[in-house]
Amino acid sequence: MQDLEALKESLLAEAAQAADSAALEALRVSALGKKGRVTQLMKTLRGLSPEERREAGQRLNAVKDALTDALEARKASLAEAELEARLARERVDVSLPPRPRPLGRIHPISQTVEELVAIFGEMGFSVAEGPHIEDDFHNFEALNIPPWHPARQDHDTFYLPAGEDGERPVLRTHTSPVQIRHMQEVKPPIRIIVPGRTFRADSDATHSPMFHQVEGLVIDEATHMGHLKGTLIEFCRSFFGVEDLPVRFRPSYFPFTEPSAEVDIGCSREGGQLVIGPGKDWLEILGSGMVHPKVLANCGIDPNKYQGYAFGMGIERIAMLKYGIPDLRTFYESDLRWLRHYGFVPLEAPSLVRGI
Amino acid sequence: MKFTLSWLKDHLETDAEPKAIIERLSLIGLEVESVEDRAQELAAFTVAYVKEARPHPNADRLKVCLVDTGEEEVQVICGAPNARTGMLGVFAPAGSYIPGTDMVLKAGTIRGEASNGMLVSEKEMGISEDHEGIIEIEAEGTLGGALPLGTPFAKLLGLDDPVIEIAITPNRGDCLGVRGIARDLAAAGLGRLKPLDAPKVTPSFASPTFWRRDLPAERQDACPFVAGKSFRDLTNPASPDWMQRRLTAIGLRPISALVDITNYVTFDLGRPLHVFDAGKLRGDPTMRYARAGESILALDERTYELDPETLVIADDNGPQGIGGVMGGEDTGVGDATTEVFLEVALFDPVMVAETGRRLGILSDARYRFERGLDPESAVWGVEVAARLITEICGGEASETVSAGEVPDPRRTISLRESRVESLCGLAVPAADQARILRDLGFEVTEQGHELSCQVPSWRPDIEGEACLVEEVLRIHGYDRIPATPLTLDTSLPLPALSARQRRVSAARTALAWGGLHEAVTFSFVAASEATLFGWTDPALRLENPISSDLDVMRPSVLPGLIAAAARNADRGFPDVGLFEVGPDYAGAGPKDQRLVAAALRAGKAAPRHWGGAPRGVDLFDAKADALSVLEAAGAPVENLQVSADAPAWYHPGRSGCLRLGPNVLAAFGEVHPRVLSAYGFDGAMAATEIFLERVPEPKQKAGSKLRPALALSAFQPVERDFAFVVAEEVPAEKAVRAAKGADKALIANVELFDVYRGPGLPEAHKSLALAVTLQPRERTLTDEDLEAVSRKIVAQVEKATGGSLRG
Repeated sequence: MQDLEALKESLLAEAAQAADSAALEALRVSALGKKGRVTQLMKTLRGLSPEERREAGQRLNAVKDALTDALEARKASLAEAELEARLARERVDVSLPPRPRPLGRIHPISQTVEELVAIFGEMGFSVAEGPHIEDDFHNFEALNIPPWHPARQDHDTFYLPAGEDGERPVLRTHTSPVQIRHMQEVKPPIRIIVPGRTFRADSDATHSPMFHQVEGLVIDEATHMGHLKGTLIEFCRSFFGVEDLPVRFRPSYFPFTEPSAEVDIGCSREGGQLVIGPGKDWLEILGSGMVHPKVLANCGIDPNKYQGYAFGMGIERIAMLKYGIPDLRTFYESDLRWLRHYGFVPLEAPSLVRGI
Repeated sequence: MKFTLSWLKDHLETDAEPKAIIERLSLIGLEVESVEDRAQELAAFTVAYVKEARPHPNADRLKVCLVDTGEEEVQVICGAPNARTGMLGVFAPAGSYIPGTDMVLKAGTIRGEASNGMLVSEKEMGISEDHEGIIEIEAEGTLGGALPLGTPFAKLLGLDDPVIEIAITPNRGDCLGVRGIARDLAAAGLGRLKPLDAPKVTPSFASPTFWRRDLPAERQDACPFVAGKSFRDLTNPASPDWMQRRLTAIGLRPISALVDITNYVTFDLGRPLHVFDAGKLRGDPTMRYARAGESILALDERTYELDPETLVIADDNGPQGIGGVMGGEDTGVGDATTEVFLEVALFDPVMVAETGRRLGILSDARYRFERGLDPESAVWGVEVAARLITEICGGEASETVSAGEVPDPRRTISLRESRVESLCGLAVPAADQARILRDLGFEVTEQGHELSCQVPSWRPDIEGEACLVEEVLRIHGYDRIPATPLTLDTSLPLPALSARQRRVSAARTALAWGGLHEAVTFSFVAASEATLFGWTDPALRLENPISSDLDVMRPSVLPGLIAAAARNADRGFPDVGLFEVGPDYAGAGPKDQRLVAAALRAGKAAPRHWGGAPRGVDLFDAKADALSVLEAAGAPVENLQVSADAPAWYHPGRSGCLRLGPNVLAAFGEVHPRVLSAYGFDGAMAATEIFLERVPEPKQKAGSKLRPALALSAFQPVERDFAFVVAEEVPAEKAVRAAKGADKALIANVELFDVYRGPGLPEAHKSLALAVTLQPRERTLTDEDLEAVSRKIVAQVEKATGGSLRG
């Protein structure tokens, strides 16, 4: 029996010292396998009396169980050590940069257009578009700007060679021709905004030969200048995010509206810094008015029945004011540093409920 | 349009503060652009008495002056040779801004003597170049001889008269004279319009010269009326100080009395005039159209060739003036002029505008004529001019002579009393409407619920009822119009964007997520660039480009992006990823404009990284960009075919098109090296153009958002790999397509995962490795099933490609 105790001690000691899972397995086979030492001892039990057999069997089983537990324990601790070693091995410098997954930027003009769509969309406007190469009728005549009109001088029109009809196409000088195209096609009620490229033959620090405008047009039987004011005041406050932004309407002149108004927003220029909001100064940002009866008639809409308003503004201008972009010309230079600095991450379309 | 406050007050009786006047101008539609108040700028410079000027103890050329400013005595060190005891000069205290030196004056010590201000020269004040010495004021001078010390020197100079500049909209020709502005202000409640001061000059002789009109019957309107007078025994000195001062203040150079008078009346009353030196005229001046071959040396000292469309004022020698635009040099007045013939004419605005534009002359006269002149001004204009000429130049005036008839512009327009409210949302009492219109010169009679308004002769812009509404409202005040919210017809707004418009946002977002920055480039490019991108149509070349670099409507969006990439590379940023969603122009028609999403990558595909070697961009970057945009735009990317026929600006062997049958949705590839070298770019660029409008609309019923039911299989998919040896020129897509088609029910996907060339393969052949995913739907596949489908795949691919299964 002392032999048995010695065997147990020796087996447990072997188990505790096994260097790896292979040694553990070898030990298990040498003790508990078919020809293992413990198995062999079990076989000797057959020659014993039932009583002796039970007693010796219990003791042998105890050795067997102790060894099994020791093997398991050693296996677990070996696995633990192995994992520790692996983790240590796998340690890296976490301060290294990750694999690049570059994210581009959305141009401020696109972002501003999306914001315009979000705001005016809430007010029931939909987006209309039209061609950049226009004819004289849509760009001028139908808008009550006949060829001799002094307003044409302000437009610095780009011309293309005359076509077969002898008429020279123009690059649209404003988005207003889309008003005409839309009214020719769609019966009132009409409620559209028209963002898009416009062109004037003028180039200096504050003028670009190509720029963007947005046009608004509402035609129905009842919309009046009070609605124009309501719409534009709401727009200005929402777009610039200034709840108490002062908005001023001044009489002006556009051939295609009557009465006409220019719209100023409040600002302050103290300390050389332009801040949009209540202040001492005014900043002109858009032109507007009630659609001229002649324009309605030119589009086949009865001016005795229908009326409405139109407005237009420069997209770059309002973007510059809102986002503090100092120079118009940089919008078109595609300088990567500028695009990254002034551009917008493409996370989500602007919406009023999420905030603009 | 510029004027001074005192000039305005010639016509407007008012005690309103200048600030109130300036504010009101903008609010009635006469937008104030600037107010220049020299008196304000020069307020620090006051009249002072030099009590004592003694030599500086430590400097030969300096003097120590004791100056009485009226408030205190100040010691000033002065270097001017004319500084002396007992003189009156102009003093600026320490702390004043000195315009001539652009510095703020500091108190200090000069060679041991304190100096607390400055006696200034005209140059230091910024009022002239005179720096001979300090300003000396004659004690017995202006202000009635009583000259209190401390008086601002600007006041002595007559500079205490603010110059106001307003922007006049094209419809308000009547406000291109100071009087018109005064009338508007009076209507707005800021004073009373004084009566026009135009007493008749008593004529003392019969005019030896007559006006004649020789116009075709159908063009009588070109110059319906002209009047004038002869003047004799006059002189043409410099004009009086008050007139010179006003003209100078608004930026005109005084020339001589006669010329200044014509300019003055132009700006005072909006009435352009012309004076001929009668001694130089041959025969009676005649309004007629120019004859072929005629030319004129105009007052701007340039010679203009005239055509038969140009109305001229001609004498026996030929044209002596261009009607409504500019007078001629040959018969212009000079110092020696003693006889004058006056021209006060009416011209057709359209004729003047067209003539001016044709000849490229922008004169004060043209500016007024083309905006419409008061026809009555041809009558009173003669009298106003005659009075000024005889008062300033002496001599006598003749009877008035004229030709033609003054047109009667009177017309009556009705204004419904309710129209202001229905058009503008603000009720204005009828009596107020009538009062405003009367103040503006309308003759108003009330007829039931309408105001019958006779339009004043100086308002050709008033065309209809809406114009009257604007007149009432701009005087009543736009600020009183209540802001009214628009109401929606639906309880929630409807979509603002069409499916096509949403594609633009989708393309933009997809490309930005692909790491590209959005650019906006011009719609026009240089002809040389356009040619590289297939431009030939002369109809797309601008007639008046801003520069020869921007003269053709772009045939592709790419040139702008390529140029931008090259520019960025030149600045030291060679790895560029840009895109633009915008138009290109296949022709000048409205339908020729295409909406394109274009993307461009140059340099390395990704920044250098410690985990891997950098890779240059290639066509597959562009293809991936194209596919991601097409997927975002809703194109059936699974069904797209690829063809190797991209346009000529792509590398012919490394580019292609993505198409649905004949419909090309996108082109992609590496940019042709010849194009790159035209932009001076050294390296590779990969580009794509996606034609967003060609993406077919999804085949759903309108408005339906329903997706087809999802049929998930209970059985695991099985993947099997195949490799085929095919000839080099066989497109891989052919093998993939054939494999996909081998058993449409079972084959869920085929991916090409390897292309091998080299040992073990015949010359000019490649091995394509395909991973085929089989998706059983009814039961687990048996070995026989697998065997059968494999045979089908091999057969199909071999048939389609002419290749064979790699053993």
